[in-house]
Amino acid sequence: MERIYFDHAATTAVDGRVLQKMLPYFTEKFGNPNSQHAFGREAVAAVDEARDEIAKLIHAKPSEIYFTSGGTESDNWALRGAAHALKNRGKHLIVSAVEHPAMIATAKELIKEGFDVTFAEVDEYGRVDTERLKSAVREDTVFIGVMTANNEVGTLQPIAELSAFARARGIVFFTDAVQAAGIMKIDVTSPAVDMLSFSAHKFNGPKGVGVLYVRSGLRIGKIITGGHQERSMRGGTTNVPAVVGMAEALRLAQEEQEKNAAYIARLRDRFIGRVLREIPYVKLNGHPQERLPGNANFSFRYVEGESLLFSLDLAGIAVSSGSACSSGSLEPSHVLLAMGVPEGLAHGSIRFSFGADNTQEQVDYAVDRLKEIVVKLRALSPLFPKDLKNEVYPKRKEE
Amino acid sequence: MYTEKVMEAFQNPKNVGEIENYDGMGMIGSEACGDIMQVFIKVENGVIADAKFKTFGCAAAIATSSTATEMIKGMTVDEALAVTNKKVIDVLGGLPPQKIHCSVLAEQAIKAAIEDYKSRHSA
Repeated sequence: MERIYFDHAATTAVDGRVLQKMLPYFTEKFGNPNSQHAFGREAVAAVDEARDEIAKLIHAKPSEIYFTSGGTESDNWALRGAAHALKNRGKHLIVSAVEHPAMIATAKELIKEGFDVTFAEVDEYGRVDTERLKSAVREDTVFIGVMTANNEVGTLQPIAELSAFARARGIVFFTDAVQAAGIMKIDVTSPAVDMLSFSAHKFNGPKGVGVLYVRSGLRIGKIITGGHQERSMRGGTTNVPAVVGMAEALRLAQEEQEKNAAYIARLRDRFIGRVLREIPYVKLNGHPQERLPGNANFSFRYVEGESLLFSLDLAGIAVSSGSACSSGSLEPSHVLLAMGVPEGLAHGSIRFSFGADNTQEQVDYAVDRLKEIVVKLRALSPLFPKDLKNEVYPKRKEE
Repeated sequence: MYTEKVMEAFQNPKNVGEIENYDGMGMIGSEACGDIMQVFIKVENGVIADAKFKTFGCAAAIATSSTATEMIKGMTVDEALAVTNKKVIDVLGGLPPQKIHCSVLAEQAIKAAIEDYKSRHSA
């Protein structure tokens, strides 16, 4: 059975060209960048080159790039580091209600430490309500964090407007660009932000490595203490092969960004179009236009998400679910609930995330299987109303 | 995370549907919690002659629904009352810890169906 991967928002395969760049740094060029000898200098050169490349790609200075273990660490560091460094100026922080758990959970920890956090509300499409966010700002607000694009529903946030608003008031603005990086162009000067995070494995780089960009002049606290790595801001031996791979992956992703984004968006639009036309009682979650090129998130009414996920898995199709049952908690997705999606529908949500390695044939195969599975699970569902016909509709001829 | 038996019972569930002239029906769970199970039983001379179910829920909920209804067919209603979620899990070769609550649903829905049967037939 062919395996079809529609979970690119979870992770991606390492590009072969990226892997080739990385390989020497596992074996012959294995030195510790902190060592004084030739092995160390070889490693330092590779790390410096990676930092320069990434800085150039996102229009930052090399001294503004900090290597981390990935998106979660970068998000933790941005929020906690800024909160601690700025606490004498104020202890009020604003983050959107649909941020990644790396932000939400850190914000909740900070509340326990005595900080005051506003979770900014979103509309039915998952977009931050900019007027409400602005009106939540107080004298002691020091930090606003809003993601560039949402990981579950793909909705793009009004970063330019919020960043300009925050920075005009001397409030630090951070954006989690983990889902956006690679698939959208990342430029820290447009819109200008104070801090930004991304993670290599979302754009065909290796896992376990990411970046926190911190604008020069902004001082934040440390969360990892240790040696003098990362200009004494983040201890720990640099993961040399990983940062080398991340730089190459970002270079390739930015180079091929326009072509890939257009291709992926065509696959997504075909998928969304067919699902909405051919399967009744389906809701597209997220913004109809302002969304990531590769994201389609649906709630299938009367069907629970995890059973749908496993049925697709048995058909060889890999997707992810916002269903409580698959994540191990009993609460459905905090993102869908913040958008006002009823709990029953939130339990039936599935995220399909496409990549440049997917094809139209895979999209069509998935829709065909999905139709069979939804009918089968609805036939099993005590919620499916008796007066409705459990049916799906044929594919249009021109498709 | 799921055993082969769970995946098999999920993929090809037995006893799906409703019984038109049922003798007992039980429905447990809520849409908000993400799990609802409905059980129908047909009872002849105190023995469960047929059992069917409908379930909105995860793979574990559907698998335990199928297995539990399969187990109670041919039992007396009192024997069926003694079918615990633990026994259903054993037949399935185990469930991940966070899925245990799904199997409780099947036990409760069967108990509710039997109680419904008893209340209808006590007079």
